Amino acid sequence: MNASKPSASPDPAALGSPAPSRPILLSGNEAIARGAREAGVRVAAGYPGTPSTEILESLVRMDPGRQVYVEWSTNEKVGLDVALGAAMGGARALCAMKHVGLNVAADTFMTAAYTGVRAGLVVVSADDPGIHSSQNEQDNRVFARFAGVPMLEPADSQEARDFTVEAFQLSERFDVPVLIRTTTRVSHARGVVAPGTIQVAPVLGFERAPAKFVMLPAHARPRHRALLQRLEAMEHEVELSPLNRIEWRERAVGVVTSGIAYHYVREVFPEASVLKLGWSHPLPRELVRELAAGVGRLLVVEELEPFLEEQVRALGLAVEGKTHFSRAGELAPESVRRGFERAGCLTATESASRSLGQTLTRPPVMCPGCPHVAPFLALRALGAVVAGDIGCYTLAATEPLTAMDSTVAMGSSIGMAIGLARSGGAPGPVVAAIGDSTFLHAGLPALADAAYNGTRMTVLILDNATTAMTGGQAHPAAGVTIRGDAASVVDLPELCRVLGASSVRVVDPYDMAATHLALEQAAAAPGVSVVITNRPCVEAPVKVRDHPFHVVAERCTACQACMNLGCPSITWSEGWHEGRRKVQIDIPTCTGCTVCAQVCPTEAMVPVPGWSRKR
Amino acid sequence: MMQDGGSILLIGVGGQGVVLASAIVADAALRAGWDVKQSEVHGMSQRGGVVSSHLRFGRRVHSPLIEAGQADAVVAVEWNEGLRALPYLRRGGPLVINLQRTVPPGACRDRLGGATTYPALALDALLSEVGDVRACDAMEIASRIGSPKAQNSVLLGVLAPLLPFPDEAWRGSLDDHVPRATVAANEKAFAAGRALGFPAETLAQAARAAAATNGYAQGRGRAARLEITEAWCKGRACEICVRVCPERILAIDSAGGGRGADTVRVLRDDACTGCRLCELLCPDFAIAVHEGA
Repeated sequence: MNASKPSASPDPAALGSPAPSRPILLSGNEAIARGAREAGVRVAAGYPGTPSTEILESLVRMDPGRQVYVEWSTNEKVGLDVALGAAMGGARALCAMKHVGLNVAADTFMTAAYTGVRAGLVVVSADDPGIHSSQNEQDNRVFARFAGVPMLEPADSQEARDFTVEAFQLSERFDVPVLIRTTTRVSHARGVVAPGTIQVAPVLGFERAPAKFVMLPAHARPRHRALLQRLEAMEHEVELSPLNRIEWRERAVGVVTSGIAYHYVREVFPEASVLKLGWSHPLPRELVRELAAGVGRLLVVEELEPFLEEQVRALGLAVEGKTHFSRAGELAPESVRRGFERAGCLTATESASRSLGQTLTRPPVMCPGCPHVAPFLALRALGAVVAGDIGCYTLAATEPLTAMDSTVAMGSSIGMAIGLARSGGAPGPVVAAIGDSTFLHAGLPALADAAYNGTRMTVLILDNATTAMTGGQAHPAAGVTIRGDAASVVDLPELCRVLGASSVRVVDPYDMAATHLALEQAAAAPGVSVVITNRPCVEAPVKVRDHPFHVVAERCTACQACMNLGCPSITWSEGWHEGRRKVQIDIPTCTGCTVCAQVCPTEAMVPVPGWSRKR
Repeated sequence: MMQDGGSILLIGVGGQGVVLASAIVADAALRAGWDVKQSEVHGMSQRGGVVSSHLRFGRRVHSPLIEAGQADAVVAVEWNEGLRALPYLRRGGPLVINLQRTVPPGACRDRLGGATTYPALALDALLSEVGDVRACDAMEIASRIGSPKAQNSVLLGVLAPLLPFPDEAWRGSLDDHVPRATVAANEKAFAAGRALGFPAETLAQAARAAAATNGYAQGRGRAARLEITEAWCKGRACEICVRVCPERILAIDSAGGGRGADTVRVLRDDACTGCRLCELLCPDFAIAVHEGA
């Protein structure tokens, strides 16, 4: 779910090299993959989601010899089950996801803390403070406490590599999954990494242990007690871990911090003494007490929740944190500086910045040729109440399409549409709009529910054959695996029929009339009607570039009908007609989808003459 | 300058290669022996949004993000994004800015007046605000040497003399990062950028050229009025005008007095641009468009 783009690797050869000779520049995500390789990971699974996606992608890139089994799982819970099963089978396993993905995987995560592992199991949660590309900014550090598992928080790429290696060892030593929690500024920042050597860890092999892995009540009760004992052992170990350290400098102020916030503190307040937490759950209480005893004032600087602050306060120590540093949004050097100024630790500096009046806002838009445009124009024309979902098509909620009424969580569209239909309050036909990857992720149970309970509604599946928002990852209906191997393909129309859809219409979303008609008929149909659009994403995995169009200026009456598509290739030209702006098409970015030509009442949009595919 | 390290902000629009350009600078810094951190958010920016990359090098770099007012240089691949990044630029720091514009559809919403919200290419004002402006049309320069896609290499060439990296660090990084077939073209573009001088008369010339395209932002302002003959309107049975109106200001009103039980109504009188689509397509001549409000 949500956006990212595979980053240009600085040095692909060095990235996958068994023992690189020089330091390399790696993103935090690449460094986690590198660390996992060095720790001998055997199985890796997950679901794409910003800012976590590149972890599995770079694992594939740095493993051309296929020593690691890597998969895009259908959703995060399946991914964690795969990883837990591998760890149970004695193979070191990694599961990577974005923060909200852990909500999906939480069912397994919470009980995996009880079962423990056999070989090491590392779960990576990449959080998104500041909501760069998510639906919320929940702080997943809370999950470590909730489940009772150790948590490591790397602050940069080097630590991302180091901590991943360490996490596998901790997981095996304490027989528990280990949570590595990163944030966007760790996952997507590049830093210099001195890599180690890639190892091949032996497979320990399966050993039957039902009292450990079959969580019947009679087994789960003692496993809960065993978990608490392991936590107690970890509380001793964490005090000695080299992942935590006190950096003594001036004694007026001591700061407890973790993750990226550590670097912001060092940047803006280099004189402060710092307890830098790398292994932040369970909390090394004695280290906290030691810092507190050696400084005049104790502060906690952390992004989002007062996770550390409340635990420090519970030790009976006087501590300040969220009164100075925001609980919402991501931290940045400025905000950390302002926080220290508010706390009276730093004297206020004058802001040196300048500007030149208003700049243009540039919200994300659908790409030229995006197959999601026409279906939403039709839904708008039909006056539908549209429960949306997570993907590029969420942009249909914004101008100029403005044809989406809700977006909450992966797969929520269909369930919410059931509720909207049952509420009796919807002023038009109720339609759930959901992408192919999201439908497979969490839409299936909801569609079965709608059919089972006989709810009258329409499900629009925007099938573009990829997970587009995150940069074009494969899924079970895409026909390829994460390694690009051919795979079985889920037949979406057949799947909807067997789940109980009363009708299934497959339509070409570049054909506006057919799309409108299909949705109109579906909205009038009884039971759960399904409409599936079947054009591939124009950007990934293959760039679709068909015969581009241009505007014959003499024919353009500047009616603005095409501007309602929101196509980035269409803007105003310098020409006018009766006081209105004529339009032009940016030929290099036009994909030739023909939708603008279909809405143009004067046939001003025509294929560029003399164009040939080979240019 | 920047002998003890530095902070560079690179900014542009999704698809303009900002991430690759900053990877080249970062790798050049690494090759020159510096500690480097580089951070960009490439979340929804892929969909035509802003892409900005913070790049810092030094003996030991902590924050991957640059504080406002602390960037030693800003490199903007797009005009408006250069303006957006100004609050980051240190006083006296150089602004490398491309005169290319990417106008998003959202800047073309004033249908009535026809004014775009895209900021004018006011190079004069920028010069007086920033001082050290290194503005060029990198696309034009790259096109002239036959590789319009190498425009970012032109801008990196402009940046290069500002940074304490040896030539072989730049060359090694550039050659390793761009597609193999384009190495020669990018090296040429880089050299062209590096050779650019920014004397006052060059900038004045650029300012004049920029001013020539500024008519784009202006609007004219013109409105129209719709006259509906209700007795001739078939209402919901037809709905053609409702469907075609680009301003979406027509709707069927059930309480109307047309031939059916309902008739078309104008929702927002002041939003009609007078495009005449409704008038031309109404099969019953029930709508007339009058110029002037």
